[in-house]
Amino acid sequence: MAYSEKLLDHYEHPRNVGSMDKDAAEVGTGMVGAPACGDVMKLQIKVGKDGVIEDAKFKTYGCGSAIASSSLVTEWVKGKTVDQALEIKNTQIAEELALPPVKIHCSILAEDAIKAAVADYKSKHGAVVETLACGENCKE
Amino acid sequence: MDYSATTPVDPRVASMMIPYLTEKFGNPASRSHAFGWEADAAVELAREQVAALVNADPKEIVWTSGATESNNLAIKGAAHFYQGKGKHIITMRIEHKAVLDTVRELEREGFSATYLDPEPNGLLDMGKFKAALRPDTVLVSIMLVNNEIGVIQDIAAIGEVCRDKGILFHVDAAQATGKVAIDLQQLKVDMMSFSAHKTYGPKGIGALYVRRKPRVRLEAQMHGGGHERGMRSGTLPTHQIVGMGEAFRIAQAEMAQENERIRMLRDRLLNGLMTMEEVHINGDMEQRVPHNLNISFNFVEGESLMMAVKDVAVSSGSACTSASLEPSYVLRALGRSDELAHSSIRFSIGRFTTIEEVDYVIELMKNKIGKLRELSPLWEMYKDGIDLNSVKWAAH
Repeated sequence: MAYSEKLLDHYEHPRNVGSMDKDAAEVGTGMVGAPACGDVMKLQIKVGKDGVIEDAKFKTYGCGSAIASSSLVTEWVKGKTVDQALEIKNTQIAEELALPPVKIHCSILAEDAIKAAVADYKSKHGAVVETLACGENCKE
Repeated sequence: MDYSATTPVDPRVASMMIPYLTEKFGNPASRSHAFGWEADAAVELAREQVAALVNADPKEIVWTSGATESNNLAIKGAAHFYQGKGKHIITMRIEHKAVLDTVRELEREGFSATYLDPEPNGLLDMGKFKAALRPDTVLVSIMLVNNEIGVIQDIAAIGEVCRDKGILFHVDAAQATGKVAIDLQQLKVDMMSFSAHKTYGPKGIGALYVRRKPRVRLEAQMHGGGHERGMRSGTLPTHQIVGMGEAFRIAQAEMAQENERIRMLRDRLLNGLMTMEEVHINGDMEQRVPHNLNISFNFVEGESLMMAVKDVAVSSGSACTSASLEPSYVLRALGRSDELAHSSIRFSIGRFTTIEEVDYVIELMKNKIGKLRELSPLWEMYKDGIDLNSVKWAAH
């Protein structure tokens, strides 16, 4: 299977790898996927007082496409407000990385990770927590 | 390090084959001239060489296109021929797809089948095997050496039980030739499948052993000129057959020495990799060919690891590599968790593997696994002392 240059670049040089304090008020953490499915993504965002995402970090257990998808979204969410971040769609991720059809689920997982991180951040600031459904992420 | 997928043709084998493509091009079935006689003599010499490796009579060797065809011919051929005696077949869940899918096809035709689970070490429990036998069991098919985990089944014991009950016994030995000694005078095996390209011979040629005493009969799958005593019609590919014969001759001559060298390399690889944490071996280490090492590197996903070591040919039990997202059915059958099955890599060592390559792979694996674990949220949680089984995953 041939992967795109961009995908390989993100896989070989992943951006923004790391962890932030999940208990900090300005940090939102999203963990999606499951080990049994072969994919787990942890995405963390650090949000400034103006609602703009200042920093993002990820860790991913999964195939090269999953690693590249999560690396890409850390770049994309930075500088966006949390609501703008929610507008990132899996199809944009899949297109940017030229994911092959069998790897589309990786981009869906990355979109879910953004939603989960934003939901966690919002819950810390009194908003209603939105629960994520599993559905398409896992064949289990 | 993917010799279990296929092997290169040994240069000695290739040089034996070439004349049969050019000047010695006769059809072994041509009885009326010297070109045919020459080709026929070469085919019969190869038949003797293949028979010699497994201590069989050359008349018991039938040429096929490979182990997949041999498995089809043995299982469908025997099941169809003997269906009057019963229509129940026993096999194992960790067999190659060429066996499993053939048995499934017979199920569609009205046969019934039992797929036995192995023990956690990959071996068949004889008690469970005996308990699965039925009065209408007509055929048992169990592989000698497993292609994914390299474990060796107790074919001698299974054969005794089958012969005692008058049940036909087929063995897929595609991964076994040149790795374990096979003596068909001793083993109570009725049919055995072989492949050339797993033993430094060419692709596209294999053989089926069909016992003469007591005689085993098969319904042909390929109809035509009545070649191979009517069991497999089709003009014999002389050059391929010569290649398989030479490959099996070399295997017989060099097996003991080669296995010793490969075992040394395997131990070196294993010791090197085991210096890392959370490394799990899949399959029994005693009843196993030294050529195979199947290891799960916990908290690292197999496909990403294969991408990281892309200049080394290995294969992964995480079937993200194929179109499906299911992890290896063989590792699942051992009772390995999906996590560990997704994290597995098969190394297979062969005739041309060197110490330098093994050392290179050890260093590369350590380096890349270290990097991928730094990327892995599961590794982070494990290091923080969180029991991953206690986590409620979103997808569950």
